[in-house]
Amino acid sequence: MIATLLALLIVIALAVGIAVPLGLVLGSVPAVRHATRAVIEFLRPIPSVALIPLAVVVLGIGPETKITLAVYAAVWPLLFNTIYALDELDPLLVETARVFGADRLRVLFFVALPSALPFVITGVRLAATTGLVVLISVELLVGGSGGIGEFIMVARSGAGRMDLVLAGTVVAGVIGYLLNEAFERAQRRWVGWSSVTGEAS
Amino acid sequence: MSGFLQRWGVFVVLVALWEAAARFAEDAYFPPPSRIAEAAAELWFSGTADTLFLTDVVFDHVVPSVQRLLIGWVIAGVVGVALGLALGRSERAMQYCGPLLTFMRSIPPPALVPVFLLIFTLGTQMQLATIVFGIVWPILLNTVDGARSVDRTKVETSAVFRVPRTQWIFGVVLPAAAPKIFAGLRVSLSLSLVLMVISELVGTDNGIGAQMLLAQREFEFPDMWAEIVLLGVLGYVFNTVLLAVEHRALAWQPKQEHAPTGTTTTPAAVATAGAK
Amino acid sequence: MTTMLEVADLGHTYQAKSGAHTAIDGLSFRVDAGELVCVVGPSGCGKSTLLRTISGLIRPTRGDVTLHGDAVRGVPEDLAVVFQDYSRSLFPWLSVQRNVEFPLKRTLKRAERRARAAEALDQVGLSGAGGKYPWQLSGGMQQRVAIARALAYRPALLLMDEPFASVDAQTRFELEDLLLKVKREHDTTVVVVTHDIDESVYLGDRVLVLTKSPASVVADLPVNLPAVRDQITTREAEEFVELRAEVARLLNVGKTEAITAKRRSDEAQAAKWVAAERAANRERADREAVAD
Ligand SMILES: Nc1ncnc2c1ncn2[C@@H]1O[C@H](COP(=O)(O)OP(=O)(O)O)[C@@H](O)[C@H]1O
Ligand SMILES: [Mg+2]
Repeated sequence: MIATLLALLIVIALAVGIAVPLGLVLGSVPAVRHATRAVIEFLRPIPSVALIPLAVVVLGIGPETKITLAVYAAVWPLLFNTIYALDELDPLLVETARVFGADRLRVLFFVALPSALPFVITGVRLAATTGLVVLISVELLVGGSGGIGEFIMVARSGAGRMDLVLAGTVVAGVIGYLLNEAFERAQRRWVGWSSVTGEAS
Repeated sequence: MSGFLQRWGVFVVLVALWEAAARFAEDAYFPPPSRIAEAAAELWFSGTADTLFLTDVVFDHVVPSVQRLLIGWVIAGVVGVALGLALGRSERAMQYCGPLLTFMRSIPPPALVPVFLLIFTLGTQMQLATIVFGIVWPILLNTVDGARSVDRTKVETSAVFRVPRTQWIFGVVLPAAAPKIFAGLRVSLSLSLVLMVISELVGTDNGIGAQMLLAQREFEFPDMWAEIVLLGVLGYVFNTVLLAVEHRALAWQPKQEHAPTGTTTTPAAVATAGAK
Repeated sequence: MTTMLEVADLGHTYQAKSGAHTAIDGLSFRVDAGELVCVVGPSGCGKSTLLRTISGLIRPTRGDVTLHGDAVRGVPEDLAVVFQDYSRSLFPWLSVQRNVEFPLKRTLKRAERRARAAEALDQVGLSGAGGKYPWQLSGGMQQRVAIARALAYRPALLLMDEPFASVDAQTRFELEDLLLKVKREHDTTVVVVTHDIDESVYLGDRVLVLTKSPASVVADLPVNLPAVRDQITTREAEEFVELRAEVARLLNVGKTEAITAKRRSDEAQAAKWVAAERAANRERADREAVAD
C-alpha cells in the first residue's frame, strides 16, 4: 500500500512537472500548439495499459515501469486542463497587466498562472485518479514492484482468498476516495474564489 | 478543410521522422513504422477475397474484443442512465445512495479484475463484468448530476401542463441531462478500452490484449506495436464517432467553444466526470 | 354568473434554511367564469406565490383554493400558467413550434397539434419562427412563445405572471388586445399578475390590489369600462384615468398615507404622480428583465 502511494506521489510530481510547463507553452503559443496538435491527437487515444508489454521489455518489471506508464496516462488530463485554462484567460486581465507595463513573462507568472490555477488543480485531481488506475493495473498484471495491486493478485492466485482480494479492493477504493476528497477540499479552500470547481465550467 | 490537411500533413511528417529515427537506431524494441505496417498487413489483411482480405485473427481476436467493449459500454450506458435518472430525480434515494456511489466510483476499476476473476473465472462473462462495473460510475454520476439540473420553472411547467410520465422523463429530464450524459459516456468509452485490454491481459488467449502479450513473449515486436497502434486507432475512431453523435444530439445547444484539440474530450467534461 | 375560482383566507409561509418567510397572508377573493382579473402589487409581495398556490404547484400552509367547486389538490385539468421566468419555462432542446406543441401531446394527434401550434404562433406574431430554437429569439419573442403555448392549450383558467414585462410597447399593446380577444372568443377565465397599473386597468374586469409583503387584498375594484376596449379611446376615458389613480393611491397606502389623503382632492397632481410611478415601474420591469 505504501509502495502504491509513494509511486503515486512520484507520478503526480512528474506529471505536473511535465504537463504544466508544456501546457503553458502550448496554451500561450498558438503556432506550437498547431504543430503538435496531430501528435497529441494520435498519442492520446492509445490506452496506457496497451503499452504495458512494451514497457516491460524495455524497462523491466521494476517500479520504473509502472511509474512511467502512470505518468504517461496522468499527463493528458493535466495538459488539457492547463491549455484550456489559458484559453479561458480573460483578455481584459492581460490587457490591464500589459497597460501597467508587464512583459510577456510577467503576465504569464502573475496573471496567467493564478487564473489558471483552478483548472490546473482539477487537472491534478484527474491526473491522480488516472495515475492510480494505471499503477494498480500494472501492479496487478506485472507484479514485482509491490503495491496494493500485487497484493490483490497474489491473494487471488495463491489461495483464491476472496476475503483478502476484497479487502485489497476496498483499500484501493478508500485510497481513491480519500484522494478525491482531499483534492476537493484543497480546491474549495485555496481557489474558493473561482467558479471553476471542476463540477462544471 | 485546410486544417484537416494540415493535421494529416504534420502526421505524415512525424511518421517519416519516426521511420528515419527507428532505422537509424536499429533498436529491436522500436521497429520503424514500415515494419509495423508490414506486420499489421500480415496479421490482419492477408486473408482471402471472400472475407474482404481480413484474416482469421481479425475474426477470432479483434472482433470479439470490440464486441465485448461495445456490449459492455452499451450495458453500462443503459444501466447508468436509467439508474441515474431515477436517482437524480429522487432526493431521498440520493441521500441513501450518494455516499455508496461516491465510494464505488473511487475504486480504481482495475482493482476489480481479481474480484471478478474469482467470481466468474476466466472468459467473456468476467470481462464483460469488469468493463460494465468499471465504467458505469462516470455515466451514472453524470446522469444524476444532469437529471438534478432540471430547473424549477421547467419542473413546474411540466407539472402545470400535466405531461405524462414518459414525456416528463424522455421529453424533459433526459434532454436536460443529455450534455452531462455524453460527457460521462465519453469518459467511460476510453475507460472501457483500458479495461478491455486489462481483462485480456490476465491469462486469456483471446482478444487484442492477449495477442499483444503473445507477441511480446515471442519477441515479435513489430506485431506488438501493430496491436498498440490498433488500440490507438480504435480509441480514436470510437471517440470520433461518439463526438459526431453527440454533436448531432446536442445540436440544439447554443454554439459552444470546444476544447483546443478538437476531437478530444473537453476538460470541462472530464472535470464533470471526475467531480462528485 | 358561476364562480370559477375561489380563494379563501389563503396564506403561505416558506420554510427556508435562513428562516420562515410569510409570502402571502389571509388572501380572499373570487373570480367568476369568463372574467379577467388583474392582480397588482409591489415587487416581492407574493404575487407569484399566489399563482403557484392557485395552480396547485405548492400547497398553501393556510386556507383553501377552490376551482369549479372542487378543492385544489395538485395541478387541476384545464389550467395553464405563463410563468414570469419565461426563458427558463421554454425547453431549449425543442424548436419554438415543438415548445408550443409540448403540452398538446397528451390530448391531440400530431396533425391537430401542428395546426393548433401554428395558429397560436400566428396569433402572437411569430408565424415565421417555428423552426428556430428559443435561444435564437429575443427575450420579448421568447415571452410570446410562452404565451402562444398557453393559448394553444386552450385552458379554462389561464394564469399569467407578468406576461408582458419584457416586450416593447407596441407589441405589448397588441398582446394585450390579443388576450382580450382570446378571452372573449373562448370564454377563458384569466388572472393576470402585473405591476403595471395602466395595464391592470386596461385589461381587467376587476383589479385586485395587494399590500406589500406579506400580501393581502387591499381593494377589489370593478372596472366599469366597455367590454371591448381600445388602446386609445379606453385609455382616454375618464373612468380609466380615475381608476388608475385610485390603484396607484392604494398601492401606496402602506408607504405614505398622508399623500394619499391629500391626493384625493388633487387630481392634476395625481396624474403627474402616476406618470412618475409608471416610469418607475417600467424601469423596474426593465431591470428585472435584464436580471432574467
Ligand atoms: N421557494 C421559496 N423559498 C423561500 N422564499 C421564497 C420562495 N419563493 C419566493 N420566496 C419569497 O417570497 C416572497 C414573495 O415572492 P414572490 O411570490 O415571487 O413575489 P412577487 O411575485 O410578488 O414578486 C419574496 O420575498 C421571495 O423572496
Ligand atoms: Mg413574481
